[in-house]
Amino acid sequence: MIDKRVGSAREAVADISDGATVMIGGFGEAGSPIELIHALIDQGAKNLTVVSNNSGTGLVGLAALLRAQRVSKIICSFPKTAGSTVFPDLYRAGKIELELVPQGTLAERIRAGGAGIVGFYTPTAVGTPLAQGKESRVFDGREHVLELGIRADFTLIKGRVSDTHGNVLYHRTARNFAPMMATAATVTIVQVAQVVEAGELDPEGIVTPGIFVDRVVHVPSPALESALNEVGASYP
Amino acid sequence: MSVATSIGWTRDEIAQRVAQDIPNGSYVNLGIGIPELVARHVPQGRTFIYHTENGLLGMGPSPAADQGDPELINAGKRRVTMMPGAAFFDQATSFAMIRGGHLDLSVLGALQVAANGDLANWSTGADDAIPAVGGAMDLVAGVKRVFVMTTHVTKEGEPKLVPSCSYPLTGRGVVTRIYSDLAVIDVTARGFALVQLAPGLSFEFVQERTGAPIINLALEASK
Repeated sequence: MIDKRVGSAREAVADISDGATVMIGGFGEAGSPIELIHALIDQGAKNLTVVSNNSGTGLVGLAALLRAQRVSKIICSFPKTAGSTVFPDLYRAGKIELELVPQGTLAERIRAGGAGIVGFYTPTAVGTPLAQGKESRVFDGREHVLELGIRADFTLIKGRVSDTHGNVLYHRTARNFAPMMATAATVTIVQVAQVVEAGELDPEGIVTPGIFVDRVVHVPSPALESALNEVGASYP
Repeated sequence: MSVATSIGWTRDEIAQRVAQDIPNGSYVNLGIGIPELVARHVPQGRTFIYHTENGLLGMGPSPAADQGDPELINAGKRRVTMMPGAAFFDQATSFAMIRGGHLDLSVLGALQVAANGDLANWSTGADDAIPAVGGAMDLVAGVKRVFVMTTHVTKEGEPKLVPSCSYPLTGRGVVTRIYSDLAVIDVTARGFALVQLAPGLSFEFVQERTGAPIINLALEASK
């Protein structure tokens, strides 16, 4: 019998080691796996490379992981959010490295990493500072830059519901990067508000097939960054 | 809607002017900020389908204050609603729509637009700025037509329509048409070309506030 559930967020992230590359789902707070991130802060791994679209808000979730100085590098498309000072302060102090990637290129690099595609050519960013130093080639009269796939040691994402096999459905725009990130890590950990038995989800509607998911953590009422920030919460 | 000056079009009037140029049934991506106003001015009888790059097609207006779902948001991370026929999808699919040329139109803000259609809208390149680009470079690389909606000059009175961009580029030769508070201007092989002046303004008035020559097609035709 297959059952990918693990008992707690703490247990799920226990083997993330220093220096690991960790993909973290979410676009702003939508889809951010706060409980898994907080468990990672408690766990203590440092010198991490994080792949995530944003850099968190307030003093909770991803921003709290950065503030604890566990992250030496972030690969990100938009590390600037209203009400976020943690990343800007670290960046200006030279305490974190930033690899800035256009959002669609970031999505495709993660998709490629998970799909066994080593790299691809894209017209995005040609002629801009983000294409500097990258190999380029002309196809059909148009310049393209070579972008490489990204893989990670771990992926942390949030879903709405999973079955015991790790088939996952998401909630609205919280889906964002999670389906690609699930494919691109050695170990994919998903926190979901609801877990059901295998067979209860319609196979036609599965968004992330269970083959991409290694560990399922049941977090019945996940916190939201905005709600935590409203009451001035900080973690730990 | 407040405006700093009574000269030219207000922001809502610019949005209205943009909306006039969008055909019924278009799939449209509206940038964050002033471009979002376009959604308030859809002409009678037309329907536009709005794409937001964080993963929703069929985006509807903002919900009432303190309503809505924190995980139903737009690219500016503000709460939105969804229209009948809406669809959710992941980021790779969303940017396949963008990069693959499936969207009809993108309306973006600008820091600078050059006479050859180069756009700078993500960074002033200042030393202490936090670089952040989001989906802007993908949008300009992939969407069929790129409209820019902007004030004609900066708060300091500097032209935003320039001979060449001094700020870091978002994309090369990507802008199709510019809608400002003073005029509608096309980007052509010969540079900026006037389409329409805001009411009460002269060609010379607009040219003085533009960093590169504007071709006055109406004047050329009358010669």
